[in-house]
Amino acid sequence: MSIQVKNINKRFGDFVALDNVSLDFPTGELTALLGPSGCGKTTLLRVIAGLEFADSGNVLLEGEDASDTHVRERNVGFVFQHYALFRHMNVFDNVAYGLRMKPRKTRPAETEIKRKVHDLLNLVQLDWLADRFPSQLSGGQRQRIALARALAVEPRVLLLDEPFGALDAKVRKELRQWLRRLHDELHVTSIFVTHDQEEALEVSDRVVLMNHGKVEQIGTAQQVVETPATPFVSEFLDLRDHGPEWLIAAKLRHRGFELKQATTDRSAA
Amino acid sequence: MSGATATLAGHGGSVSSRYEDSSATREPTWVKWTLVTISLSFFSFFLLLPLFAVFTEALRKGWDVYWAALVEPDALSAIKLTLIAAAIAVPLNLVFGVAAAWSISKFQFPGKQFLITLIDLPFSVSPVVAGLIYVLIFGRQGWIGGWLMDHDIKILFAIPGIVLATTFVTFPFIARELIPLMEAQGKEEEEASIVLGATGLQTFWHVTLPNIKWGLIYGVILCNARAMGEFGAVSVVSGHIRGETNTMPLHVEILYNEYQFAAAFAVASLLALLALLTLAVKTFVEWQAGKSNNQSDKEE
Repeated sequence: MSIQVKNINKRFGDFVALDNVSLDFPTGELTALLGPSGCGKTTLLRVIAGLEFADSGNVLLEGEDASDTHVRERNVGFVFQHYALFRHMNVFDNVAYGLRMKPRKTRPAETEIKRKVHDLLNLVQLDWLADRFPSQLSGGQRQRIALARALAVEPRVLLLDEPFGALDAKVRKELRQWLRRLHDELHVTSIFVTHDQEEALEVSDRVVLMNHGKVEQIGTAQQVVETPATPFVSEFLDLRDHGPEWLIAAKLRHRGFELKQATTDRSAA
Repeated sequence: MSGATATLAGHGGSVSSRYEDSSATREPTWVKWTLVTISLSFFSFFLLLPLFAVFTEALRKGWDVYWAALVEPDALSAIKLTLIAAAIAVPLNLVFGVAAAWSISKFQFPGKQFLITLIDLPFSVSPVVAGLIYVLIFGRQGWIGGWLMDHDIKILFAIPGIVLATTFVTFPFIARELIPLMEAQGKEEEEASIVLGATGLQTFWHVTLPNIKWGLIYGVILCNARAMGEFGAVSVVSGHIRGETNTMPLHVEILYNEYQFAAAFAVASLLALLALLTLAVKTFVEWQAGKSNNQSDKEE
């Protein structure tokens, strides 16, 4: 399902979080919202989810204005940075929650719920943890459970707020490759927020760079790396901060891109 | 008085062992034992000794006198009234407390700071003043006293007055217990629940309530103990009518003033037993809360 935001403005007191942001998220794509902290990316994600309301502007889900639709009715999946798993429920009950809370008419039978939850737990490869409590899981496992929980209600879009932000570097790398493969399987329209350049470039189909509540550039990883639209983009993406260039280049190639300009420029200089 | 105790209790053991393990924070042995001796002797002198005295005095004239003092009609009526007052005041404060804690920790609204101050008012004002407030409002010369008289509604010197005074005095316990707990837990789990399609009520029932369960029970226990033991405010509004508007603490005072020491201590021993029971339940709850706290700590 496609998502569009039109002329979104949002202020917190004097602070401008979103300054007239208009974006188009085509169906089935995985888009990264990338920018430094305080650039408005999380606010934008929460506005799309309906957890936050914009001062002005519209959110269109599948071309339909959803600005006045309650979060509950938007049917979005949301994954929180700190997982937000229900700590008093075991993994199975956490994933089953969305299904069990449906109104009686649309609620599946308990056997159906059981089958579905186990399918999802298999999808995130954690079926063997069904009886554990969140406190007994590692951070990476928690985030995968949180993802399974969000997918249980078959959301039309998947929104991830710094999903790997609270994890250590190694787990983070594993999980983002895993997320990419999962998205290739499911093809649900997804937006994820990150401040990690490498993560955004590696995982997403398209990158939206934001700064001070404004969109600086939209494009594929290749486009933003090769032809940065503004000084901010070229500075923020500065590849020298992220290890040897050949590593980045290799990663981008893995995603089907060639990193021509960046490497040639550097070797010339 | 309340907030921190429930949450800290669970960590007591681990924190102190951390201090003792580290040579940087370890105190010399004599400091440790002096402090332990001071607190223990203070504790025995001011708490254990009186408690012991209550039971010895109550049983001085034997079990028969003790039992007779408890089943005497006026005593029974006092016990009954105390139970009624607690049975109304505690559920009321449960609802008010949860509502107040909820609104303070989950919403931004003008006058929030004022509401927090207001919740503490019963702690900061003398119970006698609290009682007098109700006399001022409902008394014969009070604001609506005349109207009440005309309609033959009795509030002062009757059960409603006692319930009102008890509710007022015990209001802060549950709210005070829940506010820091709910503020610490934040609203992410509730957001997750709503995004998953749950209604507000479902979210409260399945997510919020289980998370505040132990704090809530802890607050209810304290609230109940205070409701049954309240003297000052109730004394002002009760009118001390024997067999009608006397609660247990008031009954104890009357017996004592009439030099019926054994009977007075017998009824007092019931209140002391209630206190001991409260302590036992409280310890259990703190232990449980400590366990679930440790769990959520690991989650961070």
